[in-house]
Amino acid sequence: MSALLFFIAAIGAISGAVGVVVLRDPFYSVLALVGHLLSLSLLFLLLRAEFVAAVQVVVYAGAVMVLYVFVVAYVGDSGSSLGERLRRGAGAQIGGARLRFGSALLGGALLVELLIALLGSGLKAIEGYGASYSPGPRTYGTPAYIGNLLLTRFLLTFEVASFLLLIAAVGAVVLARRRGGLEDGSQELLTPLGLARPRGTGTMAEGVTGLAFALSHDRGGANGEREEQSEPAIVGGETPDGEGGW
Amino acid sequence: MSATTYGWLVLLFPLLGTLVIGFGFRVLPGRTAGWIATAAIGLAFLAALGALIAMQGEPPAHRELTASLWSYAVTVGVNVHVSILVDPLSVYMILIVSGISTMIHLYSISYLEEDRGFARYFAYLNFFVFSMLLLVLAGNFALLIVGWAFVGAASYLLISFWYRRSTATRAGIKAFVINVLGDAGLVLGTYFIFKHTGTLEYLGVFKAAPHVFHSGEADIVAGCLLLLVGAFAKSAQIPLHTWLPDAMEGPTPVSALIHAATMVTAGVYLIARMHVLFELAPAAQDVGAIVGAATLLIAGTIALVQTDIKRVIAYSTMSQIGYMIMGVSVGAYAAGMFHLMTHAFFKALLFMGAGSIIGAMGGEQSLEKMGGFRKAMPFTFACFVIGGLALSGIPPFSGFFSKDEILLVTAERGGWHWALYVVGYIGAFLTAIYTFRMIFRAFYGEPVAEARELESGHLHHAEHPTNPANGELEDTDVGFPGPHHTIAERALPMRIAMSFLAIGAIGAGLIQIPEVDQVVVNFLRPTFAGSPLYEPHTRDGLLVFGLILGTLLGLAGIAIAYRIWVKQPVIAVAARLRFGKLYELLWHKWYFDEAINLLIVRPAAGFGRWARDTFERIFVDGTLVGGSTGIVRAGSAAVRALQTGFLRYYAALLVLGVGALGLYFLLQS
Amino acid sequence: MSIAWYLAVSAIVFALGAIGVMTRRNPLTVLLCLELMLNGANLALIAFARMWGNGDGQILALVVMTVAACEVCIGLGMIVAIYRRSLPLDVDELRELQG
Repeated sequence: MSALLFFIAAIGAISGAVGVVVLRDPFYSVLALVGHLLSLSLLFLLLRAEFVAAVQVVVYAGAVMVLYVFVVAYVGDSGSSLGERLRRGAGAQIGGARLRFGSALLGGALLVELLIALLGSGLKAIEGYGASYSPGPRTYGTPAYIGNLLLTRFLLTFEVASFLLLIAAVGAVVLARRRGGLEDGSQELLTPLGLARPRGTGTMAEGVTGLAFALSHDRGGANGEREEQSEPAIVGGETPDGEGGW
Repeated sequence: MSATTYGWLVLLFPLLGTLVIGFGFRVLPGRTAGWIATAAIGLAFLAALGALIAMQGEPPAHRELTASLWSYAVTVGVNVHVSILVDPLSVYMILIVSGISTMIHLYSISYLEEDRGFARYFAYLNFFVFSMLLLVLAGNFALLIVGWAFVGAASYLLISFWYRRSTATRAGIKAFVINVLGDAGLVLGTYFIFKHTGTLEYLGVFKAAPHVFHSGEADIVAGCLLLLVGAFAKSAQIPLHTWLPDAMEGPTPVSALIHAATMVTAGVYLIARMHVLFELAPAAQDVGAIVGAATLLIAGTIALVQTDIKRVIAYSTMSQIGYMIMGVSVGAYAAGMFHLMTHAFFKALLFMGAGSIIGAMGGEQSLEKMGGFRKAMPFTFACFVIGGLALSGIPPFSGFFSKDEILLVTAERGGWHWALYVVGYIGAFLTAIYTFRMIFRAFYGEPVAEARELESGHLHHAEHPTNPANGELEDTDVGFPGPHHTIAERALPMRIAMSFLAIGAIGAGLIQIPEVDQVVVNFLRPTFAGSPLYEPHTRDGLLVFGLILGTLLGLAGIAIAYRIWVKQPVIAVAARLRFGKLYELLWHKWYFDEAINLLIVRPAAGFGRWARDTFERIFVDGTLVGGSTGIVRAGSAAVRALQTGFLRYYAALLVLGVGALGLYFLLQS
Repeated sequence: MSIAWYLAVSAIVFALGAIGVMTRRNPLTVLLCLELMLNGANLALIAFARMWGNGDGQILALVVMTVAACEVCIGLGMIVAIYRRSLPLDVDELRELQG
């Protein structure tokens, strides 16, 4: 039974992967990936990682892929149709068939190597089945088990991962902010303590003290401090629009 | 104070003068620089007197005193100390140098009165005197070479003093290049001597030389010949003489000091100082004697046709130095040095007079434009006559005694030296002719316009100052002579200086009258003790014969000059036409300049051109420079090709890298 | 099935993802293939966790998933920004840094 499930899941995973790589339309690739993810979660279940399987479905296939779908819907499938590529002429020939062939070769080599490494390395244990099934409230693979591990042995990892998520969230918000670009011209962010400082020379002082020494958001400035500055601006209610550059 | 302390003072005062004037020229008002410089040299002269007195206080055997200030370099094998040697020869020389220099400094204060380079001139002049004193007082070869080089440098600075004149700069470079050739000879000669003696100090070398060298051995002959190369370059002997006439581009006092009295005598001093070594290398002595005699004759013939008054005196200097070189090469050390002293007096006097008459002519130096200045410039005329008589060897003037003594000792050496004796007297005859040709042409005859102007009390000034050598127009700004000319009759410092020299020209001979007193010989004996050639055994008959012959030849020369250039100038023109080819040869100075140009200058320039066009272009620029940059450029181009910006290439590289890493670990296990 | 099979699947998925990253031109698709590679690694992790019998691999798989989520977040944000600036959405075209 498990063998059958394994093969179903394996075939699903691999075909999903193939679909992602091969399909032209990014929307179809996303769908293929979703299928792949679901197969993978089945594989996880077979490996007695119930919690991880559930997380895979809920988070990965549920949230991340939805995100992808949104973006694909927004962006569309510009720039990857065959006709356009042919029309572009010489510029589209960068790589082309040669690179496709080369990368396939490279990937194939990688595959062979990995297989040798994983399977041929003489690990006896991979011939086995691993831990046996023994049901219980806190046995291997249950959420309680994972939770216990997370909060004891892997506490730091847990905290760092959450911090990482926070950073990503902030970054995403910043990235997706509307910016006017060079053509819009820049609007000065006037402060009561404006200091004369040449444009574009953001210093650590600006970054650390926020608005106090910020004179103007101009184009081409260092992005790091700007992001720090603009956060308080938005929080404080001032939303200068049409600021320069990014 | 001991003699050597005085010696250090002699060196110190001119050096201080140079430094004070050199650094303070902006703050020194007016002509203070000149007075400071003169005072410095005057103090040096007093210190030289002090050294003389202190040294003479020692017994004769102990009159070679050395003192070392510090050790400059003590290495394996070569010890160089900054040491001076105060002995009769060097005291003799420093007295002459500082004494004549004081007079010339005094003269220069008036001569260069409104020149914009006044302070620069005196700084250079003091530096020159310092260098010459250093050369003479040096106690070892190293300091000699230093002084030698400094003197050459000072000479260059002073010859091209009016540096905006192209002729002056070219002359300065020519002098410097030939001098450097002499420097090279000097250094190489020192090497050959040092190779065997192991020391650079004079006393050590002279003590060791007879034991270390056999007479006529290859190394000592080579060393002495190379020293001779240095002496010939500095003293303007054939064939390294071509710089001296051109050096007349410098101001007249410079010519008086450097190219009459001091620097050109450095070669004579060298041979006299190294007499121990030269006596071990008879071949070198013979070469010196022959070259001296040849120069004597050739320079005399050239002087007969020169029209630039300063060049006549320059060739005369060359000729007289030839006498001196010949003298010290055949062993007439005292006579040669004696002639050096008398020559310094009357030659400097002649140059000063020439400066005066050039001032009267408003900068023009050609004899063809001069005439009849006798009434307008009596003092200058008198000085010229005194100097001319001394130069021609007429008794009782100083030149008479010194010149004949050299020729006497030459004859005493016997054998083929009789030829030199004959040459010497022919040279004396020619000397009288060209000297008085110059005097008669400048001072006798119809007064020219400038002379008439002067007679009515107005000193002629040229409307548009020109370069006397090539007639180029020049202005009187910095780098050119100033607008001011002066003559001796109007400038007291010039008259004082010239008077002192005139007294010396008249009376200096009296200290070495044969059979009567032997001041110079006795004075210099401690230096030359041990030399078998020093004490001449004067044959009285030959002595008297020589003196009479000299006088007769001198008077005959004056008479001939009088006949031709005062009475019947047409003889000169006729002679020029009749002996056309000879005249051409003499006019072109025996084609030495052309020969050197053909043999040395053109090949060197050609080699330089070849090196630049072929070697430099192909090898250095192409291969070495181009090659290395090419390699770097190719390498960086190769690396640059990796930076494509294509994400997919980077991804591929990543995968490749991971694969390689895995492969490595796979293979390892 | 022995663990080896799962590892084989993981290797295949990883290799396929690598090929996709090297081959595709649409940045969205490149990101998707990147996800593939991550999932392949996840599978291997879970398999090894099962092999050893402790939960370390599963925790790491969770962390990988977290990282993948973050990275997708930022990557998609960048793609949106690129799209908004009217630049061609093609990794071959986007090969010069500005300025």
